Amino acid sequence: MRSDRLNRSPLGLKIAAAAGLAFMHVPILLIFLYAFTTEEKSYQFPPPGLTTQWFAVAWNRPDVWAALTLSVKVASIATAVALVLGTLCAAAVSQTRFFGRETISLLVILPIALPGIITGIALRSAFSIAEFPFSFWTIVLGHATFCIVVVYNNAVARFRRISGSLIEASMDLGADGFQTFRYIILPNIGTALLAGGMLAFALSFDEVIVTTFTAGQQSTLPIWMLEELIRPRQRPVTNVVAMIVVLVTFLPILGAYYLTRDGDQIAGGGK
Amino acid sequence: MTAVLFDNVSRHFGAVRAVDGVNLEIAEGEFFAMLGPSGSGKTTCLRLMAGFEQPTGGHIEIFGETAEGVPPYRRSVNTVFQDYALFPHLSILDNVAYGLMVKGVGREERRKAAEDALAMVKLPSYGSRRPGQLSGGQRQRVALARALVNKPKVLLLDEPLGALDLKLREQMQEELKSLQKSLGITFVFVTHDQGEALSMADRIAVFNDGRIQQLGSPEEVYKQPKTRFVADFVGSSNVLPAKLCQKLGVRSTYASLRPEAIALSAPGEGALSLNGTVSAHSFLGAVNRVVVDVDGARIAVASPASLVVPTVGSPVTISFAAHELHPMEDA
Repeated sequence: MRSDRLNRSPLGLKIAAAAGLAFMHVPILLIFLYAFTTEEKSYQFPPPGLTTQWFAVAWNRPDVWAALTLSVKVASIATAVALVLGTLCAAAVSQTRFFGRETISLLVILPIALPGIITGIALRSAFSIAEFPFSFWTIVLGHATFCIVVVYNNAVARFRRISGSLIEASMDLGADGFQTFRYIILPNIGTALLAGGMLAFALSFDEVIVTTFTAGQQSTLPIWMLEELIRPRQRPVTNVVAMIVVLVTFLPILGAYYLTRDGDQIAGGGK
Repeated sequence: MTAVLFDNVSRHFGAVRAVDGVNLEIAEGEFFAMLGPSGSGKTTCLRLMAGFEQPTGGHIEIFGETAEGVPPYRRSVNTVFQDYALFPHLSILDNVAYGLMVKGVGREERRKAAEDALAMVKLPSYGSRRPGQLSGGQRQRVALARALVNKPKVLLLDEPLGALDLKLREQMQEELKSLQKSLGITFVFVTHDQGEALSMADRIAVFNDGRIQQLGSPEEVYKQPKTRFVADFVGSSNVLPAKLCQKLGVRSTYASLRPEAIALSAPGEGALSLNGTVSAHSFLGAVNRVVVDVDGARIAVASPASLVVPTVGSPVTISFAAHELHPMEDA
């Protein structure tokens, strides 16, 4: 009786929803628009003219390439580290019982709950105390702290869905630990790891706060963009790069969404 | 030859004595049932045989070889799991061939063996499907084929029929029994269903509180329960309390008496009898179950449905042959 009437939402609600979505996404479209503007010193609306020259300019600027390569490298290595450590941690927490299990589970997730600035300051002072020079690797370490969380969260959810008897069945049929991991566990957690890895990559790729505290002289792409905004020259180059960042981070997140969407069935739980 | 030997085996989890001093000797080719309520230690015993648990005390041998410390993947034992544990990401054929695959058997050979095993459990054309596309009964057969394709010396079955409906369960009981006969493999079967254990097993071990209460043929366990627990759990023997035992001249404190061994009539030559009043009765198809109150003890009588049932409250004499009365240990 109630469902029919409630399913049809009132006009006001529809407008509010549309306005909300527009509020979130129109600015992004504006960034795209200004990548084509002919005015290079300020963002005036409407743009006086449209041009694609900034793509060529961006392509030829070595600082853009340096920042982009650094970001891709950092994100790839941080993701790789997170995949290994996050999976191992998820396996331990979900498949075994030991003293302090819940605590470890909480401590692993904490870096993503803490404000990035805390993580950043903490890492910076730790590196300083240890007299560890700021470099490419300190950025990777900083990013790995929150990348692990993303991988761990994805993997632990999938591990919990693998019924324990699957692993026992594999051992019972003659597979040792390594074979069981390769033939049973990995195929069952594979999509979760891929999704976690993609999210981790996207997070690392546009991270600013932790990076500012852990980087030495290098600029990752987001840092480069921040610096670029202060300068009055060739502003639309920043917008071109922003478009690339949106594409590079959006595709993995979309992929992760599709990979984990159909994972509701419990592996091996059916009778 | 002895297939499985338990010598005073215990498995304690902290203060919980899941298995407590169990002695077992299962012969090669035997269909052996471990029967008991949940938490009685029967499944832990099975897991000790499979190698998923290690004993905290005692000694286990499988075909003469020490089993302690041997991991599950090095035992010539395979398990049919209660939830079947089929690998959801593999086809039925790959599921069945898994054991051969990890042992390094060639693709063609293991494919052939898996197809033969599927034919044996009457699912010949199901190889390309996924576990999710099969019914419960079919999954159970696949689990059976997946275990048997490895030619185990002992097949362990953990409540394999528990998830099936009654009709299917009865059919699978017969099939399992005949499969075991034709293969000659030792089957060790865990169940909480006494009917299943009685109809399928060559011998039954009745478990309670981590210990074996009685070990014997189905007939022995059914007709001569050694303890009150067995009398109560296997079927529904009457347990006569000390008072009545004394009256009847039995030497032990308790004695068991099967409902179908009792007649609602005056005793014949050499028979024993007791007087009581009818306190309840119910119609069970082939028999009427009549409960008779004798000095406060409730004794169930299975009376053939063709006989007239006395009304509730009326005095009645029950009689039985002296040899039907089985003295029990005090436990």
